[in-house]
Amino acid sequence: MSDVVVVDYGAGNTRSVRAALTHLGATSIVSSDPGKIAESALVILPGVGSARSAMEHLESTGAAQAVRDRFATGSPILGICLGMQLALERSDEDGGVDGIGLLAGSVHLMTEGRVPRLGWANVEPWDEAYYFAHSFAASSPDCVATSEGVTVAIERGAFLGVQFHPEKSGPAGLAFLERCLTPV
Amino acid sequence: MPYARLIPCLDVAHGRVVKGVNFVGLRDVGDPVELARFYSDGGADELVFLDITATPEESATMTSVVADVADVLEIPFTVGGGVRSVEDAIRIIESGADRVSLNSAALADPGLIGAIARRYGSQAVVVAIDAGDGVVHTHGGRVATATETIPWAVEAASRGAGEILLTSIAHDGRREGFDLALTAAVRSAVSIPVIASGGAGSAAHVADALRITDAALIASIVHENPAGLPGLRREIQELGIQLRPMKELI
Repeated sequence: MSDVVVVDYGAGNTRSVRAALTHLGATSIVSSDPGKIAESALVILPGVGSARSAMEHLESTGAAQAVRDRFATGSPILGICLGMQLALERSDEDGGVDGIGLLAGSVHLMTEGRVPRLGWANVEPWDEAYYFAHSFAASSPDCVATSEGVTVAIERGAFLGVQFHPEKSGPAGLAFLERCLTPV
Repeated sequence: MPYARLIPCLDVAHGRVVKGVNFVGLRDVGDPVELARFYSDGGADELVFLDITATPEESATMTSVVADVADVLEIPFTVGGGVRSVEDAIRIIESGADRVSLNSAALADPGLIGAIARRYGSQAVVVAIDAGDGVVHTHGGRVATATETIPWAVEAASRGAGEILLTSIAHDGRREGFDLALTAAVRSAVSIPVIASGGAGSAAHVADALRITDAALIASIVHENPAGLPGLRREIQELGIQLRPMKELI
């Protein structure tokens, strides 16, 4: 059995996140199989694609329900960028899309500063800079970290979601992923 | 606003990195994977790979370079040159690139910008503009079009581009500084970030650009002395520009 299941949305770049996991000594597969999502030590919802097509793929394959069931049993799930946003109830992206709904909250188009928000920025209170590339931002009562006023990490129970890309954030990003793998 | 970004640009031909001067005259400086790793360790915030051959026969070679780079690189990278269709963008992004850069293909078919942005999000689409005498140029800067630079930047942004990569043809390769007036004019016309390109010859040049825009593309200044990248970062920071803190470089 692989250590990590990177959930397949049907399109997008999952190569980088898998390369980072390999670098850290973890085995991974890309899958939307509900059985594999239930069994694996860690599930990652990656940060690629668009909200609507990702949710359609997740619902039609049963992956979305498998993620909800997994959350209910307290098994760890990491959401990255879009993967974090999909865990909330609703997103304004693509004209409005229902998310997986693990956590309360919603996703809105950013209106301040240059959008998309591209580049490295500090995350507080974690005191570390990570790489961001996003046009939409989360709003959730489960916010645990911010960057320049933007909600960039949400956590409840076994779910941790981050807006930044740890797989693209150099040594700091690898150290973050390593901490996520520690219970594995 | 996120930290200003320093982005080395690697020109790739036949799977090897070459250096371009004024878009003409090329010199082989090495293996893309090795150089990418080296620049990443030395403090690049992002990388751009430009396939300067950009022929259909070369696309398989470039795809394999992208995959090899993605397997070792833990910073974001953009791939340009030879992206002419949604299928090309899919091939490049699913091989591990974060973003594609469109140049003449976007001019020929502006709908391509939105088609890729709808699939992967705006942050995955860079529109590269080679500008000179107020108009956009194609063919590596050699052919002037009738399209005006600033209206084209505005249109690209409205169609879903997530960033403009703005090269001043007259400044490119001369190492006498960026075209600050052009950069400022384009940046004030759009609400997406703008990468200044063409003309970096010193830390002061890069700092001048980063005072007015989001990121600077650098080429010969770093390719001539790849080991000098951490020093270049330090000099830029000493000139008052905030770059991301890199604990591993201290």
